[in-house]
Order: sequence, then structure tokens, then C-alpha cells
Amino acid sequence: MTTSWNEPSSVADDLERVGYLADARIAQVVYLADRLDKPILAEGPAGVGKTALALALAEATGRRLIRLQCYEGLDEAKALYEWDYHKQLLRLQTDEGATWDDLEGDIFSESFLLERPLLAAIRSPEPVVLLIDEVDRVEVETEALLLEILDAFQVTIPELGTISAVSKPIVVLTSNNTRELSEALKRRCLFLHVPYPSIERERAILAARVPELPEVLAEKVARTVATIRNVPTRKPPSVSESIDWARTLIALGLEDLDDEAIGSTLNVLLKYQADIDKVAKELSLDPADTL
Amino acid sequence: MVEVIDAAAALEHTDLSDPANLRATLGATLIKNVRHYSAFDAAFDVFFGLAARSLAESDDDDSGAGVGGSGVAGSGGMSGSGDDLLDGLVDALMRGDRDHLRMLISRAVTLYAGMQPGRPVGGRYYSYRVLKRIDSDALIARLLAAITLPESSSEIDQRLRQDQANLMLQEVRDELDREVTARLVDDRGAQQVAVSRRLPLVEDVDLMHATRTEIAEVEKAIAPLARKLSTRLSQRRKLGRSGRLDVRRTIRKSLGHGGVLLEPQFRKPRVSKPEIVVLCDLSGSMATFARFTMQLTYAIASELSKVRVFGFVDALDEVTEYFGTGTDFAEGLIRMGSEADVVRSDGHSDYGRSFQDMWEKYADAITARTSVIITGDARNNYRNSGVEYLDRIVERSRATFWLNPEPERYWDTGDSIMSLYGQRCDVVDQVRTLRQLEGFVEKATLPVVRRPRLVV
Repeated sequence: MTTSWNEPSSVADDLERVGYLADARIAQVVYLADRLDKPILAEGPAGVGKTALALALAEATGRRLIRLQCYEGLDEAKALYEWDYHKQLLRLQTDEGATWDDLEGDIFSESFLLERPLLAAIRSPEPVVLLIDEVDRVEVETEALLLEILDAFQVTIPELGTISAVSKPIVVLTSNNTRELSEALKRRCLFLHVPYPSIERERAILAARVPELPEVLAEKVARTVATIRNVPTRKPPSVSESIDWARTLIALGLEDLDDEAIGSTLNVLLKYQADIDKVAKELSLDPADTL
Repeated sequence: MVEVIDAAAALEHTDLSDPANLRATLGATLIKNVRHYSAFDAAFDVFFGLAARSLAESDDDDSGAGVGGSGVAGSGGMSGSGDDLLDGLVDALMRGDRDHLRMLISRAVTLYAGMQPGRPVGGRYYSYRVLKRIDSDALIARLLAAITLPESSSEIDQRLRQDQANLMLQEVRDELDREVTARLVDDRGAQQVAVSRRLPLVEDVDLMHATRTEIAEVEKAIAPLARKLSTRLSQRRKLGRSGRLDVRRTIRKSLGHGGVLLEPQFRKPRVSKPEIVVLCDLSGSMATFARFTMQLTYAIASELSKVRVFGFVDALDEVTEYFGTGTDFAEGLIRMGSEADVVRSDGHSDYGRSFQDMWEKYADAITARTSVIITGDARNNYRNSGVEYLDRIVERSRATFWLNPEPERYWDTGDSIMSLYGQRCDVVDQVRTLRQLEGFVEKATLPVVRRPRLVV
């Protein structure tokens, strides 16, 4: 199935079908990315649904998802391609007596190439969704690896030449903004800032993800989380944590969010003791209720 | 340049009649940094906010007084209509009716802003006048009364109600700003308003005179910089195969191809864990900057384990414990203010005494792996400079950096003895904005040659 989006609202509809609520801005940027064949660079705090966007795009379009998880020390051999060393060696050993010219052409051919995520995305006969996750984790120098792919959807292998994309993938890069990405990378992407959702949107997300949550409670969870995010904490609660929180409330059979209920479940939302203490104080919860 | 071409290409696929859509398109193609969004939004409102304005205009015709109306417009509203306005606002906000809200605000601007064409005042002045007539306290009170609480309401319900009311007030403010901007654009043209409304980018905000919102923005940007500084100070060797041959792994790897030693394996070069000592001037004139330094230090401390922080005015005390891992930054600042022992006599900076304290009490904090970062204006109140102690500190450390928030042209004027101190440090930098801090981080490399250690 190829994309048949002819307006941003159909993007939003398709995403909603698979349970991802895109606001108008996200829908517009995804639509543009598809139209202009440009990668999306999604940046924002952890846990607001950047990775989920790529997953939802894959599901909504029925495409395969290829994921490259970035980490410090990621290199060409793990991101792009690698020559299958052992296979090459075996080939040389089985063919003693053959001329060098024959062998050289042979062992540097596609059958000796090990595909890594980026090359796989390029060579896939069906269009895919390529997710390059947490791109801010790689060193600045490694970013350069990505540029050729992002720019022209192609990979150059010295021994083979340039391999161009058979079908253009939808590319989503995510970044938690732990460091400034290079200008070269940013220039090639459409920039999508994904902030914490508004209260209305968070309520809708809660309703979609935790359907058994009563509407009144969803509203209150969304409002409380928004209030907590305004308290300067080390790690403000993310959307995934507010979903966890809603599930916790249901599991505990709590029907209303009163001081006691919040106090005893704050540790689902906040992951530092200093944050828990601070929020409890800010919301003037009874210390006896909090963990 | 590429951005502009992208934007143009993207506009083909954009519904231009929808401002939100247009904003999303331009934002995605032109802006590549979260920190620049607020400046972009302000500019967007100036250039493309007109659609909203003309909509409000049509509802507005019956109210008579236009922008250029008689001077009476300003005093035209009777107290009765002010109450009506308040009722209307509360009603619109509670129903979440944006169009109605916009219309009411537009009317309020006509009545109360007293705008005079061509008068060179900023939009804030008009917004302020309208807001004063609306009376934000009264609006909050009315909203609080309008939002119903559940029967068994607890603390948290009241808190949520308060937040909801504040959020609604913010909505009124935003709408008001938009309306005023639109009218100013009508009066003076977009270009001129854009110039007068231009927001400084976060990286150019002057830290010494920053507003609270600006400081909050700046603080958000500090963490990535702290990380960068930490890695820069730990990079001693170039990456690559500079380690020693690892015989065991080389032989082990060779087994895969029949014992032929094809690929030599190397040990990873050991990266030194840097130690950082921060000396921060906490005197009154440096208060804003000290907060910024502490924020940077706090961020560095979450990256590296060996960070020690010392604060001083005319005495020096260690303040590390207030900013360690697991602490809360704001609370740390408060504790530092009340508990740290940084004033000896009169509370005026005394760098000489402080360096002496540092050397005499905490010399062991500084080793050959330590980078020392000193922040302060080097205004010593004509006291003893204490360079002999600074010399020892510098000599014992790996590198010493001095960050001075004062503009460079004021250095060495009056009681500043920046050069005297500066010539002893590896890098001296004026850091007054985030951009300058970024510049410093780029420069802050460690000297290649280790200093001969001072024999004590």
C-alpha cells in the first residue's frame, strides 16, 4: 500500500485509525514529508510520542518498519553495511588457483555484502518507514554517515558504486535534544518539535490508549499532569508516564483522584525522590500519604 | 538559503487559507531549533496575523469607534459595560468559544486601548491598558466561581481549579496581544512592527538583565552545553587506534579464519575522567550570573562525578553538597544562600582572600587532572589581589578558565583587575550570553602539555 494522502487531514485520520492522535501541526509536517520526500526530524522531551509516530506511520501505511537505534560509538559497519569477511575468506580458500582478477570482482559483489538498517531501507523493493532513533546519541562525526541517505536516498559503497533507493522510504529521525545536531543534518530535514501535549490532547490520548478510564478521571489526570509539569522538576512526567499512571489508577480501583490517591501513586509519574518530595509539597499533599 | 527553497516548495502543498497550516509549514521548513520558535511565532503573528484581524473587524462595525476614532474612545466605556465584558469573557472561556472570545477582545481593544495612529509606543503599553480595564484579578475571581468543584473537593481540586483559571487568563492575554499586534500592523505596516517587536534569540539574551521567562529558556539550553563541555574536558587523545596491541583478542579473532593473524586488535585508549572545580563569585552584583553558573555546574555535575563547587564573596566555602546528584536546583540555591559561609566581614568581593582560602583549606581538591573554572567580574574592591595564591592554584591544575560576565571594554577599569588574573589563566572569556558560552565551550580544550607540578 502506498500513501494516498492528498491533504493533511487524511494523514491525521489514518494515524488516528491506528491509535496515534496527531495534532494539526504533526499531520501537516508528515504530509509535507511525504509530498516533498524529505525526512522528518522530531525533537522534544523524552516520552511524548516521537518514536510512536514512526511506529504509527508504519502501521497506518502498511509498510515495514526498519529501525536504527543510535548509540555512542555507532559506526558505518553497524549502520550502513559491512563486507562479510569470513565468507570472503572461505571463497578465496575454496578457489585456489583462480586468477586474482576473477576473485577480486567476485568477493566484492552484493552476495558478500551484509545489509545494515540504512542499506536495508534503501534496497527494500517495497517502500518502508525508516526510523533513526535518538540520533543525538551518536557523535557529530557519525552524523555525516546519514547525510547521503537523507539527501538523495542513496548509499555509496566504494567497491560497488552508488546504490539508489528502489522506493523512497518515509524517514523519521528522533532526538531528545541532549546535544545540538549539526546544521548539515538539520538542513536536510523538516523540523518537527513535539512538546508536551495540551490538556485537551492529552485527555484524548488517554481516552484512546486507556479506554476503560472514565472520562471525568481522564480530564483530571490530564489536568494534574499538566500542573505537575509546571513544577520545575528534574524529569517532568511524559505522556507515556501519564498513561502508566492512568492504568495504575484503574488497577488499584481508584475512582477519584484525591490527595491520597495522588500521594500514593506519584512514584509512577516521577522517577526521582527529590521530584516526588517537591511535587508533594507544591500540591500541598499530606506527607503521610506520600511514599 | 536551502530553507527558503524548501519553504517555497512546501507552500505548494499547504492550505494557505488556514493560518495554523501555514504556521506549521513555515515552522517546519524555516526553523530548525526549538529555541527559535518564540521569535518565529512573534514574527508570524506580525506578518500573517491579519486574517484574524479582518474577521474581528466585521463583528466590530457596530461599535462605532475604529482605530483612528476620536480620542473619546479611550474613556468611552462605562463601568457597566466593563462588567458586561467580564461576563462575556467568563462565558466565552467556560464554553471554550474562541471566536466569541476574539470578538470580545477586539471590542475591548477598541474601547479601552486608546490607540492613536502613528504614536510610537510598543504594543505592550496598549495591552496593559486593556488588561487593567478588564481587571485580571476580578476575571480570575469570576472564573474561580464559575468552575464547579466536585462535592467532596480536596486540596488538589482547588489547585487544579486555580491552574485552570490561570490558563484561561493566559488565553485572554495571548488573544489580546494578537489583536493589538494586528492593529499596530494596520497602522504602521508589518515591516516596522516586526522591527520594533523583534525578540532577541535565546542565545543572545543578556544574562545580566534577563527576564524570568528568558532565564527559564536559557536554563533549558544549558544541559546540552554542559554535556559538551564535559566531553571536551575529557578528550585527551584523538579517537582511533592509539591503544596498545591486545594480543589475547587478536589471537582469539584469528581463530575465525583458521589461525591467520589477519586483524590486529587494540586496547581501547583510556579516556581520563576529568575533575572540575568551579569557583563562583556570589556577591550581590553577580547574583544573576551566579545563578547561571550554578545551573551550568549543576548540569555538569549530572554528567561527571568529580565536580566540586566553591562559592565566595570575601570568604570561600564549599557548596558542592547543595548541587550534587539527587538534589533539587532551586532548593540548592536557597540552601546555599542561607547556609554557605561566604561572607567574612563586609560582603564585598575579595578575590585575594578567597584564593587564599581556597589554597589553604581546599588545595587537595585540585590535582593534575583538575580543570578550574573561575566565574566573576574580577572587581576586587582595591583589595590585595592574592595573585600568589592564584598562581599556585593555576600551577597545580590541569587548566584554568576564567569567565567574566562584564563586557570586555570594562575590564581593568575602576577596581577590576582582570588582566592581572587573566594572564595567568589558559582561557579568559567574556560570557554574557548563551552564544558566548557556546563559544567558550568550543575554545575550552585542555593544554596538550601537562604543566610541571608544583612541589609544595
